[in-house]
Amino acid sequence: MDKDITTSAYLDMELLRFTTAGSVDDGKSTLIGRLLYDSKAIFQDQLDAIERASIKKGEDYINLALLTDGLRAEREQGITIDVAYRYFNTPKRKFIIADTPGHIQYTRNMVTGASTANVALILVDARHGVIEQTIRHAYIASLLRIPHVVVCVNKMDLVEFREEVFSSIQKRFMDFSTHLDIQDVRFIPISALNGDNVVDRSVKMNWYEGPTLMYLLENIYISNDYNQLDARFPVQYVIRPQTNEYHDYRGYAGRMASGSFKVGDKVKVLPSGFTSTIKTIDLWKEPLESITAPQSAIITLDDDLDISRGCMIVSAENGIRQGQDIDLMVCWLGEKPMISGGKYIIKHTTSDLKCMIKEVKYKVDINTLEKVYENKSIGLNDIGCISIRTTKPLFFDSYRQNRFTGSLVVIDEATNVTVGAGMII
Amino acid sequence: MKQFTINHLRELESESIYVIREVAAQFENPVMLFSGGKDSIIMFHLARKAFFPTKVPFPLMHIDTGHNFPETIEFRDWLANESGAQMVVRHVQDSIDKGRAVEETGFTASRNKLQTVTLLDAIEEMKYDCAMGGGRRDEEKARAKERFFSHRDEFGQWDPKNQRPELWNLFNGRKNIGEHFRVFPISNWTEMDVWQYILLENIAIPNLYFSHEREVFERDGILYAKTPFMKIKDTEKVEKRIIRFRTIGDATCTGALDSIANSLEDIIREVAATRVTERGGRADDKRSEAAMEDRKIEGYF
Repeated sequence: MDKDITTSAYLDMELLRFTTAGSVDDGKSTLIGRLLYDSKAIFQDQLDAIERASIKKGEDYINLALLTDGLRAEREQGITIDVAYRYFNTPKRKFIIADTPGHIQYTRNMVTGASTANVALILVDARHGVIEQTIRHAYIASLLRIPHVVVCVNKMDLVEFREEVFSSIQKRFMDFSTHLDIQDVRFIPISALNGDNVVDRSVKMNWYEGPTLMYLLENIYISNDYNQLDARFPVQYVIRPQTNEYHDYRGYAGRMASGSFKVGDKVKVLPSGFTSTIKTIDLWKEPLESITAPQSAIITLDDDLDISRGCMIVSAENGIRQGQDIDLMVCWLGEKPMISGGKYIIKHTTSDLKCMIKEVKYKVDINTLEKVYENKSIGLNDIGCISIRTTKPLFFDSYRQNRFTGSLVVIDEATNVTVGAGMII
Repeated sequence: MKQFTINHLRELESESIYVIREVAAQFENPVMLFSGGKDSIIMFHLARKAFFPTKVPFPLMHIDTGHNFPETIEFRDWLANESGAQMVVRHVQDSIDKGRAVEETGFTASRNKLQTVTLLDAIEEMKYDCAMGGGRRDEEKARAKERFFSHRDEFGQWDPKNQRPELWNLFNGRKNIGEHFRVFPISNWTEMDVWQYILLENIAIPNLYFSHEREVFERDGILYAKTPFMKIKDTEKVEKRIIRFRTIGDATCTGALDSIANSLEDIIREVAATRVTERGGRADDKRSEAAMEDRKIEGYF
């Protein structure tokens, strides 16, 4: 960690969330260990612990991958079971890594990690090139609309740092990714084990003129990642102090899902459709002039309207879609397959409501990216396009337009478990 | 169009406030666990911000091991009074007296593990359906896998292999009768974030965090305060040193460090320069490699 860290510099940092996806043994844990180690986020006692563990296992060097070992079961089996979150910062940014396991059965973890990420790191073993898992990872990054994808071609040391190996992987990836919806994709040849092009520029790959991975993570432009146009404020909680000082105070607590509001803005309240004007925006003891995603605050309005949790305050002129028949892409996360015609609970912004699965339109073969119309049963880790009907109208945007008003989770009524992740088309 | 950027600390603040409000909205009878340490102090501060100008709509609960530093208890009572929050206190001693928990003996005796019994009993007694805790994912490897909303079965246990997927900012707090949730609003904060936020918001913390003179002794490389709760071996030398605490837990398992940092700015400089993790001075974590994982599965904080 930077010794000269000052408070003003610290407050200038942006937050970047990234997810890492890779197959077993492609060096993902080593890469994360390398990022943590080279950015000096590793403490002496952690380093001592992995050094002891490396010696115990009879390894020749300090195994940085051990830094990311979590649960005992994982250490015993040498695998990652669940999404693990890691933190480090450089003077420019604070990073949150959602480290997701790569095995085929853990698509659900990858979707979880991807849902909030600004950047997806996809690891490719230089010796094996683009494999089925790479395609699956890229598809999920595209489906979840992670704004930036960085393909790290790892283990370049094992292919003599040859440029043509890197270029052919890049070409192969670009070929299939034309079928995907990835907005920004970059490629970096690295060796996580030796640190080439991770934090420090490799001296063995002079043919590569692009940035190192750390430079990219520190500088990639993320201010546009939030939808800044469509003002959406789902109401979480109604604040009514009922004290003498705040006798008539009626505030709507929430977090701006997208866009922004300022005091005096004309707004529309859904589902009632009534319009009003923003009177104040409050947080703690100082009133704010405006609120922008992803800020949390309390909004008060000029008019006394009937507003409760599950309502949404939107800009008066900027329309939001509404309806009860909704098409969405679903990634199934439950052990039990989805029941077509079955009833489920959905959670969308701050409202819970029931829905029925009307039909499965198609299923996606995530290894070939083809649409499957024959066997359309959707089980664990399957992805498909479905139509649902909700009991009450839903106010939403397409997921492509808005990650927060376009997403929902499907919950099994009997077990209360989250069984599906939905992205509205 | 002017680009808006929010710094990372305000983004974390917004996220935590969102999570705390989700708890208030989704649960009937939530409680916020309070230890008197800095993490629970900022969590409570965030809760106050989330609901101001109303009071925080849930009580705080302190599981008092009886081995706290007197300064912690003083601070707890001062904060409850200053904020007007309801503070529920449950004592590990009562669990021991009732025979629900058995006191450890010997030089390493600690009531740390015993707290779980008192906590789970209190949750059952008060019928809390959600307990918020100040756990952070950067603290320890078992915590790194914890969800914001962590489901607990009717025995209060955590099943790390079978956690509910948590996507976007949609938190599923649905449960069956008898089950409860643990929610960790400051999951994404690091130790440095916490200190910077305390400074930024000018939040009061116990004096134990600042440099002071105290009688201490060294054991297994950890500096302990001399208190009535710990037996000192004949070979261990008690001496007065200028120290402060980096974390605050029980006096029996919290290590002190030699430090002259007596302002928040000094502490931040010290934390930035340190090469040992925060929990490196916590004897409760040193019991085994999976000490935290085991305690969490049982229902620890």
